[in-house]
Amino acid sequence: MTATVDRPVHDAPSGGKVPLVEMKSISKSYGNITALKDISLRVHAGEVTGILGDNGAGKSTLIKIIAGYHPQTEGELLVDGEPTTFNSPKDSLAKGIATVYQNLAVVPLMPVWRNFFLGQEIRKKGFPWSLDSNAMRATTLTELSKMGIDLPDVDVPIGSLSGGQRQCVAIARAVFFGARVLILDEPTAALGVKQSGVVLKYITAAKEAGFGVVFITHNPHHAHMVGDHFVLLNRGRQKLDCTYDDITLEHLTQEMAGGDELEALSHELRGKDA
Amino acid sequence: MSTQAEVDLSQRKVVHDERVKERNRLQRLLIRPEMGALIGAIAIFVFFTIVAPPFRSPEALATVLYASSTIGIMACAVALLMIGGEFDLSSGVAVTFSSLAASMLAYNLHLNLWLGAGLALILALGVGFLNGYLVMKTKIPSFLITLSTFLMITGINLAVTKLISGQVATPSVSDMQGWDAAKAVFSSSFSIGSVSVRITVVWWLLFTAVATYVLFKTKVGNWIFAVGGDQESARAVGVPVTAVKIGLFMFVGFSAWFVGMHLLFAFNTVQSGQGVGNEFLYIIAAVIGGCLLTGGYGTAIGAAIGAFIFGMVNQGIVYAGWNPDWFKFFLGGMLLFAVIANNAFRNYAAKR
Repeated sequence: MTATVDRPVHDAPSGGKVPLVEMKSISKSYGNITALKDISLRVHAGEVTGILGDNGAGKSTLIKIIAGYHPQTEGELLVDGEPTTFNSPKDSLAKGIATVYQNLAVVPLMPVWRNFFLGQEIRKKGFPWSLDSNAMRATTLTELSKMGIDLPDVDVPIGSLSGGQRQCVAIARAVFFGARVLILDEPTAALGVKQSGVVLKYITAAKEAGFGVVFITHNPHHAHMVGDHFVLLNRGRQKLDCTYDDITLEHLTQEMAGGDELEALSHELRGKDA
Repeated sequence: MSTQAEVDLSQRKVVHDERVKERNRLQRLLIRPEMGALIGAIAIFVFFTIVAPPFRSPEALATVLYASSTIGIMACAVALLMIGGEFDLSSGVAVTFSSLAASMLAYNLHLNLWLGAGLALILALGVGFLNGYLVMKTKIPSFLITLSTFLMITGINLAVTKLISGQVATPSVSDMQGWDAAKAVFSSSFSIGSVSVRITVVWWLLFTAVATYVLFKTKVGNWIFAVGGDQESARAVGVPVTAVKIGLFMFVGFSAWFVGMHLLFAFNTVQSGQGVGNEFLYIIAAVIGGCLLTGGYGTAIGAAIGAFIFGMVNQGIVYAGWNPDWFKFFLGGMLLFAVIANNAFRNYAAKR
């Protein structure tokens, strides 16, 4: 098994199609701190790209570049093969890139349906173009029940929902608004086993529906279950870039944990037990 | 129902979670942000009706409404700004600033009063824009930014008036062009039966109605709640946070101009030291009405009720024949009571 490559291969999977989003040698520094260095990756339609990394690996910085929060310091970001610079999250949204953040980008005090449509509200057709709250309530209910969530009342503040429910509202929102690329920032991090399963199933469903999914996680098990293509970050650098066929779960876990360290740790802990 | 989304509600089967209890109508009503203020307003009304016989007359109600309206117009704008998560401590002196500007520009440049008012509007909106721009650009809390502009405008009001007119008040403008028409718009009265009602009461109700519509029935209203509730989340889903907040500061500027015009055309001269401290009355009215200090929560109707409470206490003390010095004490007591009551209602709502 030779899955570890220092330099990413610049074509990789899905038969030469133009990737939805491509990063070429992207670097980002904040002042004198280099958060990301020389990252290259591709997101194809109908594929899940798993981005793995431990805390501080640069995952959040990577998302913020794709999501349009701040531009990269070096390198090129291509959308549909064309070089692009995002000046705000709005630009990125306009290109069909939707990001579901760890904090979910919801406003806790606002009702579920207002959160669902925040920034893309439906208005009635005639003057004075007031909000069509009934349509938005109904759409929210149907979209959520598609994800297996039944809320008796979409007028409750979203802050009163459980973590899994909020996650699903955020994902359903991104899907509903015609995202082509779905960036999920640690969607399973705060969830229990069953709720993680729901989210993972939804990721697979989204991929089969033709979305390009970027799945950011520090859980190699979850990544391996749904990923087609893995990128591993470590201290701001790209350590690994391979496809599902190239790597086993064990190997991925090992790479992720810094290889031998985990084994040593396991020995240490188990050794004490015995 | 004209909907863009094709939704058929009849097809949808709601599966109720047995852990979620349905709220009944009474609970739904009780958890509205302005509920505490409404109950308080009724209590105060009943109180003064009992202790102050003159308070019961329709004329007294008209006077109370007038006192409420000049605070209420500003409280409406300030409430919107607070729902949007910001403060404006310069709003009190901005009112005086607008009327001084309109009066002195028109008087010294021999302009029609309408033109003076127009120029003052530009200045007032400019002050609002400056507040908003500085808050958004520097990311310094609006409390500090507007505290600075409050002091600066206070100084400008006094110094420039002294510099230009040589006095602490502006000269009378009641004989200038445009006076009659402007007075009709900003400071006339009309009769309902035998009772004379000031036009500002109508403007106050109109401001409140429009603000309520905007808050709950428009995109912008949704964005106002969002930028106040969680600015970063709002930005992440594409809400133009900076534009919304600057717009809110400018709306406060506009309202300050409106009230400033009322004062100018009601009294024809303006005292340059006026307005200091009024910013707190506006904030108090908004908070009594259920606005959260932390933003993202509140209503314009609540602010109107808060202003009405202010008007009732302000005039009720006089009608009851008490020393008006007690007014501030009552206002403080009201505020304390309202904040505690609103908090209790919110907690009650959260537990249900």
